[in-house]
Amino acid sequence: MSLNAYLILSAILFLLGMVGVIRRKNLLMLFFSTEIMLNAVNVALAAISKFYGDLTGQMFAFFIIAIAASEVAVGLGLLILLYKKRGTIDLDNLQSMKG
Amino acid sequence: MEKYLYIALFAPLLGSLIAGSLAMRPKMVFTGIITSLLLGVSMVASLILLQYIYTTDSIVHVKLLDWIAIGNMSIPFGFVVDQVSVTMMVVVTIVSTMVHIHSMGYMVHDNSYNRYFSYLSAFVFSMMILVMSDNFAGLFIGWEGVGLCSWLLIGFWYHREDKPLTKDIYNSPFSTLSPFSSISPAYAANEAFISNRVGDLGMLVGIFLIYWNLGSLQYDEVFANISNLDSSVIVAIGIFLFIGAMGKSAQFPLNQWLANAMEGPTPVSALIHAATMVTAGVYLVIRANEIYTIVPEVGYFIATLGAAVAIGAALMALVATNIKKIIAFSTLSQLGYMFVAAGLGAYWVALFHLATHAFFKSVLFLGAGNVMHALNDEINIKKMGGLHKYMKGTSIIMTLASIALAGIFPFSGFFSKDLILEVAFGTHSYILWAILWITAGLTAFYSFRLIMYVFHGKENFHEKGNHPHEAQSYVIAAMTPLAILAVVAGFFKEPFIEMATKLLPELHIHVSNGTFWVLLVVTLGIALSGIAFAVFKFKKDGTFFSEKLKNRPCYKILANQYFMPHFIAYVINRPYLALSRFSWKKIDLKIVDAIVDGIAKVIYKSGDKSRVMQSGNLSTSLRLMVLGITVLLVLLVALGIAK
Repeated sequence: MSLNAYLILSAILFLLGMVGVIRRKNLLMLFFSTEIMLNAVNVALAAISKFYGDLTGQMFAFFIIAIAASEVAVGLGLLILLYKKRGTIDLDNLQSMKG
Repeated sequence: MEKYLYIALFAPLLGSLIAGSLAMRPKMVFTGIITSLLLGVSMVASLILLQYIYTTDSIVHVKLLDWIAIGNMSIPFGFVVDQVSVTMMVVVTIVSTMVHIHSMGYMVHDNSYNRYFSYLSAFVFSMMILVMSDNFAGLFIGWEGVGLCSWLLIGFWYHREDKPLTKDIYNSPFSTLSPFSSISPAYAANEAFISNRVGDLGMLVGIFLIYWNLGSLQYDEVFANISNLDSSVIVAIGIFLFIGAMGKSAQFPLNQWLANAMEGPTPVSALIHAATMVTAGVYLVIRANEIYTIVPEVGYFIATLGAAVAIGAALMALVATNIKKIIAFSTLSQLGYMFVAAGLGAYWVALFHLATHAFFKSVLFLGAGNVMHALNDEINIKKMGGLHKYMKGTSIIMTLASIALAGIFPFSGFFSKDLILEVAFGTHSYILWAILWITAGLTAFYSFRLIMYVFHGKENFHEKGNHPHEAQSYVIAAMTPLAILAVVAGFFKEPFIEMATKLLPELHIHVSNGTFWVLLVVTLGIALSGIAFAVFKFKKDGTFFSEKLKNRPCYKILANQYFMPHFIAYVINRPYLALSRFSWKKIDLKIVDAIVDGIAKVIYKSGDKSRVMQSGNLSTSLRLMVLGITVLLVLLVALGIAK
């Protein structure tokens, strides 16, 4: 398998995530989409690292996994609080900073 | 000696401030007394300085403070009292002291008495700065100061309305048929100020040229280095400075304001328009004599213009019926004489005529003030007559002053005017001499036409129910020193020459003894015959110009001031007004304003439109973010490809 195949997979995954971020109204789904985008990047990093024999990319992927995990932990905590307060996690109902 | 300089300079300012601080109060005799007193102090200090400079030949030069010091430019606020400025100081302070005292009588019924004296003293202070400054910048400050004060004083009765227009020259309150002569004091003040602005622009350009080329505005430095310059630059400087002088001294074509400025109180006319401000232009030319000596062509132009104004104004005075305007035209005419002398290089002669003229002209104006006061502000000389019986003092003083103005031996006007004619003859300017000679006859005639109409003949003032009375004794007393000086000032000719020629270049003219006496007799002859004609014609007919003459074109031209007001109104002001309207309506409103409004509108609209972005909706924000990233990426790729 060539590097391009991995990169194309990564790009497709990233786009899927991005469309999710744009289209989804449910905050939970937004988190999922963000995870997809992060992991799309991880795929690309790991593949490039393997093909060039440089471990830096894989190191970076680990970092990203760790940061994504902590982000989700904090984010889910906030999300639950928000749900308790508002009774909804629909984005359109969460407008409190209208300009 | 410095302390006398400061006293002479600042005493009028002190008086002005005292009177000014009481300006809003009702009339207080105190302000008139204190300003007159302080002016008297200034006069005494000036006389002491004159005596000091005359006896020791030294020059008092002080630097009050560093005024403008930027980079290489250094203009100190300095004052110099030399032979020229001390003459001016003495003339200015003597005349203005007497004018102040006279004003106490003239303004006695005016509500704005305190304000009046504040302005009057401020004017004298500005004039003192003008004559005493040791650099062109200080001169310009004084120059603008007198301009401002003259605006305040001419428009002193700013609440007066325009008087109704009339086509009948004898019933018009103004001397001429001009449709624009129905002016109010406010109009006259603005006219004077704006005319002077035109001249001042020229003067400023001249001063800039001096600084640009010589890097200094101090008189001594400028005059020491001026001869190193290119002659075309010197010519330009001379011309531009003279434009400034034309504005202040009301030379053609900036002469319209002087006669109209007679709308101000009469003592003001005496002070501003006879003795001080209008002679500032002559003073400037005298002061800058080093410049004009190098470029005699400019000098000759000045002399020619001066002669033209001298005869032109004298002709207008022949037919005028407004007592103050006759004297105003006479001032114009005499200023022409001074410029002839200055233009021909006889600077001290110009200064001498300036001094003698100041005395007899101011006294003529003050006398006119007395007459008007006695007749409830009547200004038409045809409605006066026979006043000699009621106002002996004024009548005698004005007659003496008129004889001096006409130039009869041994009155002061004779000495100075005869010198100017001698200079014109001696420098072979025979045409100028002839013009001035005729003007001398005209001067004698119109001066005595005024005297005859006002003080002799039929009493024409009864129809209005006027009961003339002589002015207060202190008013006559204030006029007396001026009248005496008008009579005897000529005898100071020798000492004056001795003093003035230490600073001003001497002019060597060769007129043989025989020619000299012939000239003298010829000049005296025309002046005497002018007076004699005026007296005998009036005694015979009781009037000067018949009804038939009134319809002749020559009379109409003179009565309309050569149609100069028409020319200015129709050829200069109207097109200028049309141009201004066009610029306002089309250029300013349609283009300039539209652009400014457009910019504002774009910003306002774009703000309005982009406000929706701040919806507080996370998904909208995310979409915009994605859009932004996409745009940036596309830009990056495009740039990469372009490279």
